[in-house]
Amino acid sequence: MKAEFIAPGLGSAPRKDSALQQKLLATEPVFFLDNADLAYEGRVVLNQLCLSIAPGERVALVGRSGVGKSTLLAALRAQQPRTSAWCPQQSGLVPMLSVYHNIYMGGLQRHNSLYNLLNLVKTLPRPLAEVAALAADLQLDEHLFNRVEQLSGGQAQRVAIGRALYQRQEVFLGDEPVSALDDYQAQHLLRLIVDKHRTLVLALHDVAQALHFCDRIIGLKDGAIVLDAASSSLEAEALAELYN
Amino acid sequence: MPTLSLKRLDKGPAQASPSFLSLRSSSFYVALIAGVCLLFADIEIISPNPWLELRAMGEGLLAPRIVSYSELLQGLANTLSFALQGMAVAVVAGFSMALVYRRWFIRAFCAFIRAIHELFWALIFIQCFGLSPLTGLLAIALPYAGTLAKVYGELFEETAPQPGANLLASKSLSAFFYTTLPLAWPALCHYTRYRFECALRSTVVLGFVGLPTLGFYLETALSEGYYGEAAGLLYVLLLLIASQRWWLRKGLLPLYVALAVVCLPPSANVNWPTLLQFFGEDIIPQPLRTASQQDLGPWLALMWQQQLWPGLCNTLVLSQIALLFSALLALLLLPFNSTLFIGPLLKRGSDGLLIIARSLPEYLLAFVALLLWGPSMLPAIVALALHNGAIVAHLLAGFSQQLYLRDDACRGVNRYAYEVLPRIYRQFLAILFYRWEVIMRESAILGILGIATLGFYIDSAFEEFRFDRAALLILASALLNMAVDTLARRLRRGLQLDTKADLG
Repeated sequence: MKAEFIAPGLGSAPRKDSALQQKLLATEPVFFLDNADLAYEGRVVLNQLCLSIAPGERVALVGRSGVGKSTLLAALRAQQPRTSAWCPQQSGLVPMLSVYHNIYMGGLQRHNSLYNLLNLVKTLPRPLAEVAALAADLQLDEHLFNRVEQLSGGQAQRVAIGRALYQRQEVFLGDEPVSALDDYQAQHLLRLIVDKHRTLVLALHDVAQALHFCDRIIGLKDGAIVLDAASSSLEAEALAELYN
Repeated sequence: MPTLSLKRLDKGPAQASPSFLSLRSSSFYVALIAGVCLLFADIEIISPNPWLELRAMGEGLLAPRIVSYSELLQGLANTLSFALQGMAVAVVAGFSMALVYRRWFIRAFCAFIRAIHELFWALIFIQCFGLSPLTGLLAIALPYAGTLAKVYGELFEETAPQPGANLLASKSLSAFFYTTLPLAWPALCHYTRYRFECALRSTVVLGFVGLPTLGFYLETALSEGYYGEAAGLLYVLLLLIASQRWWLRKGLLPLYVALAVVCLPPSANVNWPTLLQFFGEDIIPQPLRTASQQDLGPWLALMWQQQLWPGLCNTLVLSQIALLFSALLALLLLPFNSTLFIGPLLKRGSDGLLIIARSLPEYLLAFVALLLWGPSMLPAIVALALHNGAIVAHLLAGFSQQLYLRDDACRGVNRYAYEVLPRIYRQFLAILFYRWEVIMRESAILGILGIATLGFYIDSAFEEFRFDRAALLILASALLNMAVDTLARRLRRGLQLDTKADLG
């Protein structure tokens, strides 16, 4: 995604005089925003945002749709484009390729072009073993060699999660990664995602999921962060406020 | 205030700008320009007795004959071999160039090689390699590589960006092969198939300048008035093109190409001194060769006055008239090829007629019309309008079939004028502007048949071994085509016309 940077300090070295920064000097944050205005399609949706996410944090972004969760996630990804596993809301799969190849795509950067090309023409045994194991976790093993265009919406979403998992990064950015799945599967897959990554930022519309899987909740409303607290200190009713 | 914007920037300013010409006024200008051109066009019937000739042709069509099966098979094998080999080289070269199509010099190079018609390339290569298989191969491969590079490159640019953008190494070659290529693949195959059909037609036309394809035998039979024989060859050609979807299979392609190479090895007796002489000396303007630079000005002035200016004028006049009549014919044929107006059985019949009209190359149609009416612009106009009108009508009918009309929508002429035409008019103009460049290229080429467009002067220059003149004239025709290509693209953008690239 093409990002246009105008914000000073965004993505560059944090300013020393920031009060927030003083507090966090002990650990280098993974993501850091200082007074950033974030725009979607030319319109600013989040004003003067200050946010710091430290390694090891599991963050849920909650708020009504259209409030700017996806915009915030995309801005975070722009700070660490090569080291964050990315699971966007629009899965962006390649419909005419198999489940196997779509998941394998997450790991393209680990191999040279020739190896990747060969794997496109003839499935190679090592990546097959890895992807098959992952597909079994995602309950996609029956469909491994089906084309993605033949799958249902929920199945396609699990392929997109598989692709992000196969990127094998320490940081995971997910935009409603389980929105098309039933409760049981959603729980199972969120557990999988949480177990495999040290730092997470997830946009979630399901408040219970957010409280259960994340340790920090960031609530967005009217273009600003209105809530930033540990999930242990919150209850589902308190979050209902965000949606009114 | 610091801002982080995530919106993709629009590709170009022209995309966003409001249309500077409305659909209505651009149609008006197409008609007006063609009307003015008609005043200047020479459209007499010169032939003493066209009806007699027409009758002879009709009788020939009804009584086709195959004189020599070995000749027919030879011609057929050569036609297929040239087309397959030329396309194979063009696909590989075009694909490679499409990968780096963002570079301006690649785009310019492709625009240049495709702006020179395959017949002109053939005339050039005949001087270097004689009437050899290599000549035919290069004449097809070069312009087709330029066209394929452009279309493939545009298809790659038009694929959805998300799948690639979601990857960690989104700009890598691997990412291209896993996301962009599979996404573009169906359209790519579709267009390549269409282009192969064009290559078959081009190969046939190459026969008219001496290469041993079906066109060579067709030309001989036609000029000697053996219309029965010509009809036999014509039916074989139509069958070959119409049956393409049954024999042109992806899995069999390597076998076909191998057979083509075995059947017609792309060889030539390359005479290096001649080759060097041609490119190093012969095509350089004569005053420069003889070191009398002061004569270059008069030489150019004379060329401009006697050949370039009349050639350019006639090419433009012919192409504008042909464009208008193609458009009118297409609009006339449309209702007869769409199930919104006729039953499925009639549609089958009109499909067949349109396939025949668009399977026959303009050059062949013009050749036949010339036999009927003698040398004037009339045969060329009829040939160009028939061929291109049939293509536009076929594509428009395809669009119209996708329209959804209410159950109580009006019928007949009202349906055509109120429901259908307004909805597909944008596509109609888009296709028409795509065909504009093709018509311009062909208008220049038809000069070889004796109509005073650029091709006439080019052909004469080759006949007189004045290669410097030929080179200058070919360059002029290439520049004209590139200008029209650019103008047509501007118009399509300005009018926000969009169709997929499978229109050729």
